[in-house]
Amino acid sequence: MYRYDEFDERFVRERVAQFRDQVARRLEGALTEEEFRPLRLKNGLYLQLHAYMLRIAIPYGTLSSRQMRQLAMIADRWDRGYGHFTTRQNIQFNWPKLRDVPDILDALADVEMHCIQTSGNCIRNVTADHFAGVAADEVEDPRPTAELIRQWSSLHPEFVWLPRKFKIAVTGAAHDRAAIRVHDIGLRILRHPETREIGYEVIVGGGLGRTPMIGKVIRDFLPKEELLAYLEAIMRVYNLEGRRDNKFKARVKILVHEIGTEEFIRRVEEEYARLDGPSINADPEEVARIAAYFAPPPYETLPVRSHQLSVQRGLDPAFARWVDTNTFPHRVAGYAAVTISLKPVGRAPGDITSDQMRVVADLADRYSFGEIRATHSQNLVLAHVRQDDLHGLWQALGEADLASANVGLVTDIIACPGLDYCALATARSIPIAQAISRRFQDPARQREIGPLQIKISGCINACGHHHVGHIGILGLEKKGIENYQITLGGDATETAALGERLGPGIDADQVPDAIERIVGVYLRERTEGEEFIATVRRIGLEPFKRAFEAQGAGELADAAA
Amino acid sequence: MPLLDRNGLAEDPFTRVETTDIEGLGPVIVPWAHHEAALARRGDNQPVGVEIPNTVSVAELRPVLDRFALVAVQFPSFADGRGFSLARQIRREGFAGTLRAAGPLIADQFADALNCGFDQVEIPEDLASRQPPEHWRRALAAISSIYQRGYGEGASILDQRRAARLREASDGR
Repeated sequence: MYRYDEFDERFVRERVAQFRDQVARRLEGALTEEEFRPLRLKNGLYLQLHAYMLRIAIPYGTLSSRQMRQLAMIADRWDRGYGHFTTRQNIQFNWPKLRDVPDILDALADVEMHCIQTSGNCIRNVTADHFAGVAADEVEDPRPTAELIRQWSSLHPEFVWLPRKFKIAVTGAAHDRAAIRVHDIGLRILRHPETREIGYEVIVGGGLGRTPMIGKVIRDFLPKEELLAYLEAIMRVYNLEGRRDNKFKARVKILVHEIGTEEFIRRVEEEYARLDGPSINADPEEVARIAAYFAPPPYETLPVRSHQLSVQRGLDPAFARWVDTNTFPHRVAGYAAVTISLKPVGRAPGDITSDQMRVVADLADRYSFGEIRATHSQNLVLAHVRQDDLHGLWQALGEADLASANVGLVTDIIACPGLDYCALATARSIPIAQAISRRFQDPARQREIGPLQIKISGCINACGHHHVGHIGILGLEKKGIENYQITLGGDATETAALGERLGPGIDADQVPDAIERIVGVYLRERTEGEEFIATVRRIGLEPFKRAFEAQGAGELADAAA
Repeated sequence: MPLLDRNGLAEDPFTRVETTDIEGLGPVIVPWAHHEAALARRGDNQPVGVEIPNTVSVAELRPVLDRFALVAVQFPSFADGRGFSLARQIRREGFAGTLRAAGPLIADQFADALNCGFDQVEIPEDLASRQPPEHWRRALAAISSIYQRGYGEGASILDQRRAARLREASDGR
C-alpha cells in the first residue's frame, strides 16, 4: 500500500487547516453560502435531506486495517455507528455535524486519509480494479498509475473549477472490473503489440447520468511516461470548451458527442503538441518510488491446491457454497482473493457497522497482510488469503454477519442511498433492494439463477449505475408516486452496453414480481451453462418485454375482477 | 475596483476606456471588441491593455498578444474556471506583460490564479469588503507546496522529491 511521505503528510494537514479556516470564514460571513458550497463539496461535505453527509476518499479502493479501525472510531464518535460504501469505492457518513467536520478530517489525516475532491466540479477520487495485483490477466498493477493521478489531480490549480465533475478509472487487466468505458476518462494499461512497451489505451466521454454514453477510444497507445501531460491536454480542452450553459450538458461526454470523436481527438492532440511534456510528466524515479509501495506482500510458497480446503469443502456444504461465490482466483499458488459481501438479505447495500469494520480490520491483519479493498459493487475484498485459512476466515465472518454467499448473484445488488438520504433522489432505492433480496433469499435459488447484476438508482443521476446493470432499476417520481423503470442488457465491462427499457414504469411493490418474470424468461430460455447476460444478448429483449407486459395486463385484470 | 497581487492591495495604473481614441490617455485597458482600432491609434510607448471574455481562444490572441502590456481575463463567476486554462495558454505563448483575472474570484482561488500565471486579481468592491486582504494573504499561504509540475514559482512536490533523491545519491555514494 502507498504510504505518505513528509510532503503528502504536510499537504493533507494543510488541507484540513484550510478547510477549518473556510468554515470559520463562512460562519463570520466572509464567504457567502454560494461561495462556501463548492468549497465544502470539494472537501466531500454534502447537505443531504436530513443532515450533512461526509464522503471520505478511499483512493482506488485500497485501505489498511489501521484506516478501517479509524473509520470505525469516527462512526462511533461523530456519527451513528455505521458507514456506507459507495459505488466509487468511497465511504460515506450520513450524520456528521458541521462543527465536527474539521476534527473528523484531522482524525482522517492521522491515518493518511482525506476527503479531497470526493464531490464538486473537479477530478474525483480515482478508481481502479479491486483485484489489482491479484488477477492473473493483469498486464500491470493499475494502483501506481491511480496513485500518481491522485496526487496530480489533488488541488490542481487549473482544474478545480471544471464545467462538471470528472471521473477517472484505471484497469491493468484484460477483463474490465473498473467500468472504464463509463467514466469521463478510462485508462487501460496494455503492451504495445509490436514494441511490447507498456502504455495506456485512453478512453474519453463515457458516463451514466441522464445521458448515458459509452466512452470513445482517443488514443490506442499512449506511452506510459507521457500520462500526466496527455491528461493535462484532455483536461484543458474540456475546461475551456465543455458546456457551462446547462449543467446537464456539461460533462465531457456531451462535448465529445457534440463535436464528434475525431474533432475532440484533433483538439486534444493540437493542445498536446504545444505542451512541453517532459516539464509536466513525473520522472521515472518518481513513478518507481510509487510503484515500490505496491510490491507484492511476502507470500508463502504453497501448493497450488490446498488439501485442507478440499477437506473442509467436503465436510461443510455452506462453506463450499461461500467459497464458490465469494472467492476469486489469485495469481499466487495457494492463495485466494475473498469478497466480503455487504449485501445480507434485507439490509441496505454497502452499509457496515463500526463493529463489523473492526472485525474486518482484525481479519485483514490476521489473514491478508492488513490490507482491505472496497469495490465499486459496494463490497469489501481481502485480497491475499491463504486457501488453508479460508475456513477460519469464513467462520469469523459468519459471527459478524459478514458471510453472505451471494457475490455476483441476484441479491448482490448495487443501490444508491436514494430518497432515504439523498437530496437529489426522486425515489427510494434501498427498500427496493431489500424487497428484491428478500424475494430471492433462498441460497439454492440464487445459485440456480447464477451471475446476475441488479443495479438501482433513485434518480436520473444514476449513482446506482442502473444503465449498466444486467437488470437496471431507475426510481422516478410520477404525480407524487414513486415509479420504477426497468432496463435490461446493461454491462459495465469490456463489452460495455447500456440497458434498454422493457416498458412503462411500474410501482414499487410490483418490482420484485417484474424481476421474477424476467428471471423466469431467462431460466426457460437459457442453454446449458449460459449466464443471464449472455441469454439476453442471444434472444434479445422481445421475450422479456412480452413477459413484462403480461405482468401489467395481469394486474389490470386482477384489479378489474 | 480593488486590485490585489501577491503583496496585497495594489495601485492600478491602468484606466478602462470604452473609446478607441486612446492617444494621450496614459495606460488604458480596452475591450476586446475594440482592440484593433485602439492599437492602431495608440501613442508612442503608450501601454495598452485588453480585457477579454474567457471565450476568446488563444489562437485569436496569438497574432496581437505581444502588443499588449496587460491582458485582463474576465471571470463571469468564480465557479467558471475557463480563465485558469486561458492564462496558462497565454503564458505559454510567451506573454511577458501583466496578466490580470477580473471578476468575482474568491480568496480561496488566489493561489490557483497566481499558479496559473496571473499576476493580479481585480475584484468587485462588495467582495473586497467581505474578504479583506488579510483573508487573501492567508488563503495564499494555506498550501505550501502542490504536486503539479510547472505551476507557479515554488518547486512542486514532485520536484522537491527529485531534488531530495539527487541529494541522497550525491551524499550517499
